[in-house]
Amino acid sequence: MASLSEIIRGSQIWKSVFRHPLPVDRRNRIAVILTNFFLHLHPVSIRKQGIALSYTWCMGGVTFFLFLVETVTGVLLMFYYRPTLEWAYQDILALRDVTSMGVMRELHRWGAHGMVITVWLHMYRVFLTGSYKPPREFNWVVGVILLLLTLLLSFTGYLLPWDQLAIWAITVGSNMARATPILGHEGPGAQLLTVDGISMITNASDARFGLLGARFVGEETLNRFYVLHCVAIPLAASVLMAIHFWRIRKDGGISGPL
Amino acid sequence: MHGHNEAEFLKEVAGFLGVYYLALAAMNMTAALYVWKSGKALRIVKLGGTAATTAHLWLLLGLVFLLMAPLGFSGDAATMRLVSVPESFREIINVAMGPMVYTVGSVVGLVVLFVLRRFFVKPTVAWIGLNASLLLMGLSMTDPDFADIVRKADNVPIVGLIFMLGFFTWLGAYRAIENDDRAKRGLPPVEAEQREKVLVWPDLVYIELICMVFLTAFLLVWAIVLKAPLEEPASAVKTPNPSKAPWYFLGLQEMLVYYDPWMAGVVLPSLIIVGLAAIPYLDFNKKGNGYYTIDERKFAYVMFQFGFLLLWVTLIVMGTFLRGPNWNFFGPYETWDPHKVEALNNVDLSEFFWIRWLHMPRPKAPDGAGILRTLAMIVYRESPGIVLLVGYLAIVPHALVLGSRFFRDLFARMGFLRYMVLANLLLMMMLLPIKMICRWGFNLKYFVAIPEYMLNF
Repeated sequence: MASLSEIIRGSQIWKSVFRHPLPVDRRNRIAVILTNFFLHLHPVSIRKQGIALSYTWCMGGVTFFLFLVETVTGVLLMFYYRPTLEWAYQDILALRDVTSMGVMRELHRWGAHGMVITVWLHMYRVFLTGSYKPPREFNWVVGVILLLLTLLLSFTGYLLPWDQLAIWAITVGSNMARATPILGHEGPGAQLLTVDGISMITNASDARFGLLGARFVGEETLNRFYVLHCVAIPLAASVLMAIHFWRIRKDGGISGPL
Repeated sequence: MHGHNEAEFLKEVAGFLGVYYLALAAMNMTAALYVWKSGKALRIVKLGGTAATTAHLWLLLGLVFLLMAPLGFSGDAATMRLVSVPESFREIINVAMGPMVYTVGSVVGLVVLFVLRRFFVKPTVAWIGLNASLLLMGLSMTDPDFADIVRKADNVPIVGLIFMLGFFTWLGAYRAIENDDRAKRGLPPVEAEQREKVLVWPDLVYIELICMVFLTAFLLVWAIVLKAPLEEPASAVKTPNPSKAPWYFLGLQEMLVYYDPWMAGVVLPSLIIVGLAAIPYLDFNKKGNGYYTIDERKFAYVMFQFGFLLLWVTLIVMGTFLRGPNWNFFGPYETWDPHKVEALNNVDLSEFFWIRWLHMPRPKAPDGAGILRTLAMIVYRESPGIVLLVGYLAIVPHALVLGSRFFRDLFARMGFLRYMVLANLLLMMMLLPIKMICRWGFNLKYFVAIPEYMLNF
């Protein structure tokens, strides 16, 4: 009599999904990496030093994992949350007080703070091991952009609860855009864009207006930041992450002594 | 503590402090067990026939923390005083702390850590340092003003960040020194000894799986224990004091004290991003690729630590914990009093130059003068600052080449353009602490002040 697990693994359904027997011997341990979509991000084999935690600190991996946590909890939060002046704060209140699994908001917020920290620590490790040196220069640049996107993701998300903490933090943060050289209405050189005595750069047309969608942090801003937070920046970050991971492989794997 | 009396406050922190000291006790006893079992215990003194080792020391420390735990749990004012930082010490810290002391102190601290790094990376020394900082933090938690800020939900991750950065800086330095010592003996770095390849399944995928399980558990506990903050509904008319940006931008907000928004909020952040991205194209040193080392790339190491640990992280810590209402500076044990007045009369360099030193009014174009004449007079008025800045950014790099072999070598290997980009990025970075010190020391406001065109620097 074959055991139940043998019957399952012998079935046509199982075999159509997993092409190889269990990875218990060398041949199948190689095959599992090559034939599994999620695992094929990895090489088949790797230098011992490349998986030593005391070398990598695992911070890049943790950052990626936190990004996945943010995606899952974020999607669940989107089922509840409505980005309007009428509902935004009420929905967050409900998440705190009545909604079951409202703890998703805590997971999302602490995961976001954690991601900012781990992405810095990842950069710190990559610097300390000189891993940005040739041939990995460009991947460092991609990483710098990902670092920026992580901060922007966190920043745009900060507004969504629509409480005092949120709008004033965003107000303070975005006020600086008023002073953008030439393109901000309080910035140096804004007068240069004056046509027939009429200034082209006003508080209703400058860089800050473009960021907020209004002259102050209001409903347009909430909508704008919601779309940036849930769609635009995650998409951009996903593309760059794909490049970042792919380039690790193409540039010779995790860095090590030449 | 606003709206709480002391007894209520102490009850609130008591539960936390008890668990905190229990955790410290467990941490030290585990360390004692580890050094004893692994045979890594170091002998401290010899007493008669037996030697006291670090294993005994950590065990003793663990027992002390174990004794402190019930005191922490008590929540009673008289008992809690035994596990508090003495009032007099808190007073001294509050009075002595200021932005100047904090920043210069951070610089001096980091320089000492760097110069004596071989001493500080010793595991025994580092462990004592960790215990001391954790103890100081525990003893400070009974101070309502300190606890108020540290316990703010959004600030908790920053406390974590400080300890993690401490740990990873230690780890990086420890491994670097190990490699540097090996290099002196003609050995390759430790990393080179592990060239042997292993299969990703199971060696790596299992590490990943275990990491994910631990992280998920950690996040869940964190999320259940600590509630996400939610304040009153947004109101465009009620401005909170202080109004702070999210914590990771507080270094930029701190720069607003010294620079106009166009610099602090737009130009300098852009330079930070561009400068970071430029690192691989400016650092031509081929050594130190793929292993920890300090000696083989000292200049790069010091510059990065200066920018990251000092200018980025300590400014965030200052902006979070030490900047209160009206962005005034408050000591760590000081009440955030919105009425604290700091009389400051900051003066532009042109005023220093023309009025205070030359005793004459600042040059000014006569009313109705043409635009070119007005512009010329503005430039003339601000010439001291302009000369200083141009000199700083254009002449200092050349002076360095002439005066120092190290920079001459850099210049020769990098070429004019690359060298000037590097030098100017670093000089712009250095300008921040220079401006901070000019502000605190001499109340200097702007080097170049052209309010006519909103161009202040």
